[in-house]
Amino acid sequence: MRKSLLALATGLLLAGSVSAASAADKLKVGFIYLGPIGDLGWTYQHDQGRLALEKELGDKIEVTYLEKVPEGPDAERAIEQLVRAGNKLIFTTSFGYMDPTLKVAKKYPNVHFEHATGYKRNANMSTYSSKWYQGRYIQGLIAAKMSKSGVLGYIGSFPIPEVVSGINATILAAQTINPNIKVKIIWANTWFDPPKEADAAKALIDQGADVIMQHTDSPAAMQIASERGKLAFGQDSEMIKFGPKTQLTSILDTWGPYYIARVKAELDGTWKSEDTWGGLDSHMFAMAPYTNMPDDVKKIAEDAQAAITAGKLHPFKCPVIGQDGKEIECKGGANLDDGQILGMNFYVKGIDDKLPGK
Amino acid sequence: MELVEAIILSVLAASTPLLIAATGELVTERSGVLNLGVEGMMIVGAACGFAGAWLTGSIFIGALFGMVAGTLMSLIFALMALGLAVNQVATGLALTIFGIGLSGLIGAGFVGERITPAAHLAIPGLTEIPLIGRVLFGEDAFVYFSIVLIIGVWWFLYRTRAGLILRACGDNHVSAHALGYPVLRIRTFAVMFGGACAGLAGAYLPLAYTPFFIPGMTAGRGWIALALVVFASWRPGRLVVGAYLFGAVTILQLHAQGWGVGIPSQFMSALPYLATVIVLVLLSRARTGGSTAPAALGTVFVPDR
Repeated sequence: MRKSLLALATGLLLAGSVSAASAADKLKVGFIYLGPIGDLGWTYQHDQGRLALEKELGDKIEVTYLEKVPEGPDAERAIEQLVRAGNKLIFTTSFGYMDPTLKVAKKYPNVHFEHATGYKRNANMSTYSSKWYQGRYIQGLIAAKMSKSGVLGYIGSFPIPEVVSGINATILAAQTINPNIKVKIIWANTWFDPPKEADAAKALIDQGADVIMQHTDSPAAMQIASERGKLAFGQDSEMIKFGPKTQLTSILDTWGPYYIARVKAELDGTWKSEDTWGGLDSHMFAMAPYTNMPDDVKKIAEDAQAAITAGKLHPFKCPVIGQDGKEIECKGGANLDDGQILGMNFYVKGIDDKLPGK
Repeated sequence: MELVEAIILSVLAASTPLLIAATGELVTERSGVLNLGVEGMMIVGAACGFAGAWLTGSIFIGALFGMVAGTLMSLIFALMALGLAVNQVATGLALTIFGIGLSGLIGAGFVGERITPAAHLAIPGLTEIPLIGRVLFGEDAFVYFSIVLIIGVWWFLYRTRAGLILRACGDNHVSAHALGYPVLRIRTFAVMFGGACAGLAGAYLPLAYTPFFIPGMTAGRGWIALALVVFASWRPGRLVVGAYLFGAVTILQLHAQGWGVGIPSQFMSALPYLATVIVLVLLSRARTGGSTAPAALGTVFVPDR
């Protein structure tokens, strides 16, 4: 059985190389999206990456995408559908696709998979994500400089490490400017519910916050901050249209270069399973132009961005003090190591709130 | 004081779409029809409402577009569930799934656009009164309309002959039919009214709440409206209480988090639903011999001729 499978795999591989040689047959690349491509946030940015990919390599590849694929068993069917349609490289672009992707990957060893933001890998399954906390650190500096009330408002989605590390990076940065800075955190318990996100932004502003930051996906909070004459940061994508006088900057997911690099590797036959966790130096995300702030604040932000990109500044530089006043064990030498950041489940000192579930 | 006013304003805004959609569904259900497609009609109303306002620059026309879209959606339901006597639960669920897809299609061209939201009332001298000024005299037209609507529905159901006949259809369609009332026609009108309300409630979101359209932006509010009708035990007065209670819990749980009150936010988010279940239990215990629901709710009626 194994032999025949192997033969089949070799045959398919041969067929693959043959078809790559003839210009008529293109490499088929598939994408699985969580939201609609019009969500203006997470999925929209992945789709921008796909468009960049098609622009760059459109004559060599054929790209298919499936949008609004629910996380869970449905995802498995959708991924398998892409495999059956002949896609050889498949990007699954949400954390919840982790197990379905792995399951399908084990079933089809000659197809390559790329899973965003997860941690399970296989010989034919890579993972990729970004060090967004670096961007959050820059936002924290700007926020502390721009806040008149000294109270920042933070809308969280779910208390998972990615979001918690973002909050911590923000507050650690803000404390370097204003040691007494306060942050109010509201968990929306959803990634996407525009009216609820708007309600959360209203509540934060009503309670005195004058700079709003969000880890949810829609531009609702930006829009409310704009209506109330406050300041805010965008999320995932450029949201300045919803707050021309409000947006300070936004962490922009720029997946294009990564997608192009991985597809090129597939075309060259050099693709192998990897774990990519890209920071500002990797161009996997970028900061939107620094707007609505004076030049000195802009300079602080730009300097921090340059220092982080050059590896001279680490947001989680030791010592990092936890909420209980105890120093967090420093496993990465001069800073917390990647594992500690990826699994972050504590608040740093200076946040007077309780992390849900702690 | 200012914070209290701000919270009341947020609560009113959050409750209004629930109140409008639930008012429509209440009339539909009082006629004996269970339309689970509220969420679908709402989201299509949101997409069409935004499209209308964006194309014409008028919030009023946008609201009309939303109502018409919701009504058209409800006619699909009426055709299936009343005309062809298909199972109402299945048809309603299908309508929601269809509506979510359709709204994405309609709205695709408008994603990323923004409009000027509905204006708020401003009466010099009154709107400035502390605490109650903006609450009473500074709302947008939708908020005032929702109050007029529910009062109108109460008056219609309990003070007019037509309302009595509609309730009769909901409680015993065979008798209503025997008395010569056109049960299916009355129910169709009730379903259309429900559709128009759901469409308007959906349109409220992109026209007044968050002035842009994003697929899926109703995010389950149609289901809350359905729960509200049950919570209100099919009575307009209780519906108002319920809608503002649901809105208040939604907003207060956010504020509680901001204040650092140590109640898990997940629990607070679940409170309205928990309250619905408790009310259901209390109602069924308090009343012996039948529930408060319209007796013929959700049952198929095929007139014999």
